[in-house]
Amino acid sequence: MSTPRTNHTTNTVLAAQSDARAQGNLLAHVMPYVPADTSPFLPNDVPAMSAVWAETVQGGGYAHRIVARGTRIRFEDVSGDACAHLVLFNADAPRERLNVADTQKVFWQAYPTVGHPLLSGEGRVLATIVSDTSAHHDAFAGPVSSAQAVQRFGAASAESASPSGEALFGLAASKQGLSRRDLPPSVAFFQGVRVESDGQLRFTGSAGPGSIVEILAEMPLILLVANAPHALDPRAEYTVSELRIHAWRDSATTRDHARWRVTPERERAYSNTQDYISSRGIA
Amino acid sequence: MNFAGTATADWFDWGAALVNTVGQTVLDEIVAPRGSWSAIVRQGDTLTIVDVGGNQSADFLVYAAADTAVRYSVQHTIAAQRNAYLRTGAVLLSNAGGPLMTLVGNEVDRQDTIGGACSKESNSLRYGHHTVHEHACRENFLAEGARWGLGARDLVSNINWFMNVPVETDGSLGIVDGLSAPGKRVALRAERDVLVVVSNCPQMNNPCNDFNPTPLRMIVTSPEFEAVSA
Ligand SMILES: [Zn+2]
Repeated sequence: MSTPRTNHTTNTVLAAQSDARAQGNLLAHVMPYVPADTSPFLPNDVPAMSAVWAETVQGGGYAHRIVARGTRIRFEDVSGDACAHLVLFNADAPRERLNVADTQKVFWQAYPTVGHPLLSGEGRVLATIVSDTSAHHDAFAGPVSSAQAVQRFGAASAESASPSGEALFGLAASKQGLSRRDLPPSVAFFQGVRVESDGQLRFTGSAGPGSIVEILAEMPLILLVANAPHALDPRAEYTVSELRIHAWRDSATTRDHARWRVTPERERAYSNTQDYISSRGIA
Repeated sequence: MNFAGTATADWFDWGAALVNTVGQTVLDEIVAPRGSWSAIVRQGDTLTIVDVGGNQSADFLVYAAADTAVRYSVQHTIAAQRNAYLRTGAVLLSNAGGPLMTLVGNEVDRQDTIGGACSKESNSLRYGHHTVHEHACRENFLAEGARWGLGARDLVSNINWFMNVPVETDGSLGIVDGLSAPGKRVALRAERDVLVVVSNCPQMNNPCNDFNPTPLRMIVTSPEFEAVSA
């Protein structure tokens, strides 16, 4: 019978080395593509030379990355059941981070879509949503909690079959030297929620396979991504499918972009960002 | 309650504890307009917040006293009750998903979880850079939190008692005229020892305090003594 043990010959250092090296060109359903221009899924409209990050993230997995200002990041819900929970930080000073309350309140809008800036608590734009074919998103309820995952699926830890958002964000944060104290409320792409007038939260689910969201980094960013079921997803099984990420060099929003001055709040938000970037010597 | 030295007005209603009215009063304090407040509330005790002048936003954060990395999670709280507003029976959950406090009494519908705290920084976006030197809730949270070793990393989306944030069908939302009135109260029972940090909102550019910052009264009471057999 073939088992992991019988598939490997590792009785000497040389044999173990050969055995390890024989695995090097294998492909997995979920994996990073390094360097990014080798991604078999690189979007047609992305110049290979400008690709900086390509990865397919497991359902129940996480990703983390530092990207430069001007990086465009595409999230794709490959099979229709991804849920990309996202937290952003200023890579220079991670105490500056996504503030969901300000992101909704300042722009008078509960449902972020194309053009909506994702704000930090410092009155600056961390990233702008620049493309959205899904419109099924949520800035209210977030990922399944640890307590909920244990109750509904029997486990919540990263090594289990049903990791909570907290477990995944916790590991992603640790990889960037951050901890539980650094994790604010997140935004979720690809699984939607609507608020009724009495406050009731209505889950609207996914827009289906192939949906895409793109964000543009307006500052140097740390991104933490947890691909975990939405807290309001009613399905009895722990259900979340793979999330594909591609990122490439583009340009941040500057004064000559139309989106700079769509509203007075956005104009002041981009101005504050430019003010920081200028004095910091980034651009 | 000693009101000596406290600015008052004839429309104020200083109220009284909403629950545990025959129990022991652990604490009874006033938060001055524009000021901040914090206290440990012991498991089983109840904090009553009185909106003395009416429609005064009480920006509110709560942490596990034993480990402040465990703190209020708006996401888990509203996901569990499937509603964005807090009403009687609402359980304030932590980032680990466990209960911190339960809303055991409430005299205002639609208590806000969405609006977050005002800040000098967000004021620059909402109203213009001329408002940046005005005092704000984030300043209060940072100053009050520092007394407990908390800093910018520890500030998360907060509750705004007595503030009104409707969400319209198209997603439009905003702070509008309040539903509270002088003497309206909320009562929160601690489900474990918790640290409560409050900013008495000083905002002068929207109706979260009716453009007139007024005091809050904070009363912590213990339940009636129960017979304990040895
Ligand atoms: Zn305020």
